[in-house]
Amino acid sequence: MSLQPQELDYLSKKIKRKPNDVETHIVAAEWSEHCSYKSSKKHLKILPMSGPRVIREKGFDSGVLDVGDGYVVTVHIESHNHPSAVEPYGGAATGVGGVIRDILSAGTRPIALFDGLRFGNIEKDSQARWLFKNAVTGIADYGNCLGIPTIGGEVEFDDCYTNYALVDVASIGFGKKERLIKNHADAGDLVVLLGGSTGRDGIGGAQFASDSLETEDRSAVQIPDPFIEKLIIEATLEARNEGCIKALKDLGGGGLSCAISETADTLGIGIELDVNRVHTRESDMSPREIMTSESQERMLVITDKKKLAKLESICKKFRVTCSVIGKVTSDKMMRVKNNNVVVASIPAEIVANAPLLDRPSKVPAYLKELQKKKEPTPVSDLSKTIMRLLSCPNIASKIWVYGQYDHEVGIRTVVKPGMDSAVLRLDNGKYLAAKIDGNPKQCYIDPKNGAIGCFEEACRNVVCTGATPIGMVDHLQFGNPENPEIFWTFLESLKGISEFSKYFDIPCVGGKVSLYNETPQGPIKPTPLIGVLGLIEKKPLHTQKSEQGDILILIGITKDELGGSEYYEYIHGFVGGKCPTVDFVESKRNMGAVIHIIENEWAKNVHDCSKGGLAIAVSELAMTSGIGCTVSLDNIQSSKLPDDKILFSESHSRYLLSVSKSNLDSVLGYLKTKKVNFGIIGKFEGKSIAFSKSKKVIAKLSVDKAHDKWFNSLKDLVLHG
Amino acid sequence: MKVGIVVFPGSNCDRDMYHVLLDVFKLDVKYFWHEDKLPKDLDAIVLPGGFSYGDRLRAGVIAAHSPVISDVKRMADKGMPVLGVCNGFQILVEAELLPGVLLKNTSLNFMCRWTELIVENNKTPFTNKFALKERIPIPIANGEGRYYVDKATLHTLKKNNQIVFRYGESVNNSVFDIAGICNKEGNVVGMMPHPERAVEAEINPKDCKPASVIFESLITTVGARK
Repeated sequence: MSLQPQELDYLSKKIKRKPNDVETHIVAAEWSEHCSYKSSKKHLKILPMSGPRVIREKGFDSGVLDVGDGYVVTVHIESHNHPSAVEPYGGAATGVGGVIRDILSAGTRPIALFDGLRFGNIEKDSQARWLFKNAVTGIADYGNCLGIPTIGGEVEFDDCYTNYALVDVASIGFGKKERLIKNHADAGDLVVLLGGSTGRDGIGGAQFASDSLETEDRSAVQIPDPFIEKLIIEATLEARNEGCIKALKDLGGGGLSCAISETADTLGIGIELDVNRVHTRESDMSPREIMTSESQERMLVITDKKKLAKLESICKKFRVTCSVIGKVTSDKMMRVKNNNVVVASIPAEIVANAPLLDRPSKVPAYLKELQKKKEPTPVSDLSKTIMRLLSCPNIASKIWVYGQYDHEVGIRTVVKPGMDSAVLRLDNGKYLAAKIDGNPKQCYIDPKNGAIGCFEEACRNVVCTGATPIGMVDHLQFGNPENPEIFWTFLESLKGISEFSKYFDIPCVGGKVSLYNETPQGPIKPTPLIGVLGLIEKKPLHTQKSEQGDILILIGITKDELGGSEYYEYIHGFVGGKCPTVDFVESKRNMGAVIHIIENEWAKNVHDCSKGGLAIAVSELAMTSGIGCTVSLDNIQSSKLPDDKILFSESHSRYLLSVSKSNLDSVLGYLKTKKVNFGIIGKFEGKSIAFSKSKKVIAKLSVDKAHDKWFNSLKDLVLHG
Repeated sequence: MKVGIVVFPGSNCDRDMYHVLLDVFKLDVKYFWHEDKLPKDLDAIVLPGGFSYGDRLRAGVIAAHSPVISDVKRMADKGMPVLGVCNGFQILVEAELLPGVLLKNTSLNFMCRWTELIVENNKTPFTNKFALKERIPIPIANGEGRYYVDKATLHTLKKNNQIVFRYGESVNNSVFDIAGICNKEGNVVGMMPHPERAVEAEINPKDCKPASVIFESLITTVGARK
């Protein structure tokens, strides 16, 4: 928990003296990988971050997108991996709390939460099951209490997360553009800390998260209190309405050290604070502890002297403690006092800007090994294989998870969880679709194309509701960056995301990098996560049940791309093969076509093809409508692949459409004009999901039995082991 | 007519209820902080859902001792319609305006899902426009929503026609599948499901008309009184 020798030298040179103990700890917190992005910052610049809807102002902790009519949507993503791996309930809950305060600090009300959860193999590993259960409960207890609906996410299990956990939380906020906090401050303004008291929990959390998880350092895990958070949200929004807030910042990683130095640096001001005026949980905390504690549910407010009384009365109403801890100065110094003794005094700019690193990278040796591996031979029983995939934890229904989240509160949830992506109604009559996606299995085999695939999948999911992607957030999770091979996978993923983002004009409005995700067995697989926001101007796809005689159309081409597929990994236990790639031109054409078809209300249901491939996507459509579906492989656009590859390939840019006979001509006419690759592959009828080739049935399962397996498997596994 | 929504620290369905009463049913609606006095000119009171005091100790118990509750009690005694939804129901029970308790669901988990209610009493101010046994598609969202009373009290509830809503399926092992009850006089109604989440077609995957009748009943009741 200290500075590297070369960092200490750098700091000493900059301030022309040796830093004292308090200063060292303040700087160490802020210069941790977690807070400073010292390994990644140089490279993140390649991401396109501007666009016609993007509003960028100093000090925003979340991305802001203009959705018209004077309204904005804010979005942010965070992870709480290290804490969750040690204490899943508290780690996951405080992860939710942190990301919500980032949304709040822009001056917007949080209206939705998403979570991406990753654990070891829950079928075999009881610890993974324990982590999973408790992380879900932690998220549920926190989000539900706040009245912020958790409306989407994903859950994945992979051996690479054994004894570890990835807990990613994204939040969306909504508000009036004119009410965004325009962060600014003048000398003489007051610095106020409001919210929970500062305790010894979470001390050094940022450094804890910036190192491999070797010791289970529980004191570095913060303790959640959603009730205080709820009061802070209401108090802050009321203070905003009353004009009491000139600048606002959440206290997260690095605690006061980070919040004070970054605020001062961003606003070009100095801040002088007295640790003695911070309301603490324990009486004997040292200045060092107060400055680096990561106790939750705290906000930093800069207010005009004249507004202090109003701010205090609002806090009193909500019984939120607030302390004036310091004042704004004009000397650009971050000065920490303990009563009248100055215990730290460093230019804020130096504290807030860690020396950046240029880490070496090289192609990992394992990639060559993977290429040598011979792909597995086809399974003999396709029906059984589909059934097994439907019950596989990565594919089975996640209702056990989202059934514990209040996804209705706020009365915005038009499309509920469990579909491709949830949709929220906004106050200006428009709709917002949002989804987060990751795919470490594919990213391991091909970090660049895997990352592009995650991005396209998130886009496909929002497109399936009729939404046009308008912005994205990325969360890049990798192992130890000091390992050049790992750092290479980071750079490759980033390149892929950046290329996709540029081509599709989907700006990156926020993100996070989480490194040092190492388990006792080694690094996690590269796990970039992409969150995409989509906007619907008129109305979202109102999904209808498919009925007898409705036609099934597949848009897109099915290719020999089974690397990282559930079929290879879950059924064959095989890691290798060719990772799916995205053809940007085709991807764009297909997205446009699907959105047009939905706008014209020609489709009853649209579903994307992803995990488990076509066989699973068709089954899901049939199961949700409770009707059978017969599919002929002969009409699928593919280059004469074997049956199992057609059924289970996870090629991108593919969408399944359920269309009634009356709309069929319109759909076909349109797809032909736009030169979209598609096939009429089947129709809805009967009680079985059946796949045939050359009129011979190659796989057949009962819809009811399939539904039973898919719906209950994960729940049974969690409850009964 | 004027409806007051009582807001406690930790209430989180107050804004949803406000939107529904104001924008959907065009009522005059006002928030009252739990420390406020309730004015005499109110026609009805709603206690919304949420996690008052973070469900500490047990759901609703601290809010039941809020200053505003004495006003609610006094007005309820005079026959004013009072509706408690979810946490509001829990508060009414803890304040002894309604009998019974709400226990943790048998799943031990928070449950959020759509279900159906059956109207068992159509004499209350919130149900008098329903036909008996009418079904209402509606969502539940709670962790402590399992209604419990002993056998003798259940018998009394039945005898006094205090069971207002039952679940159309077994949801959380509530006694007699009870989802909502009223006091002996019928003017105070508590229910675990969320009617404010079910009255707009856009967010109701089934049918928003039945849930709307809860508020339409109230409008008729108050209108008839004036």
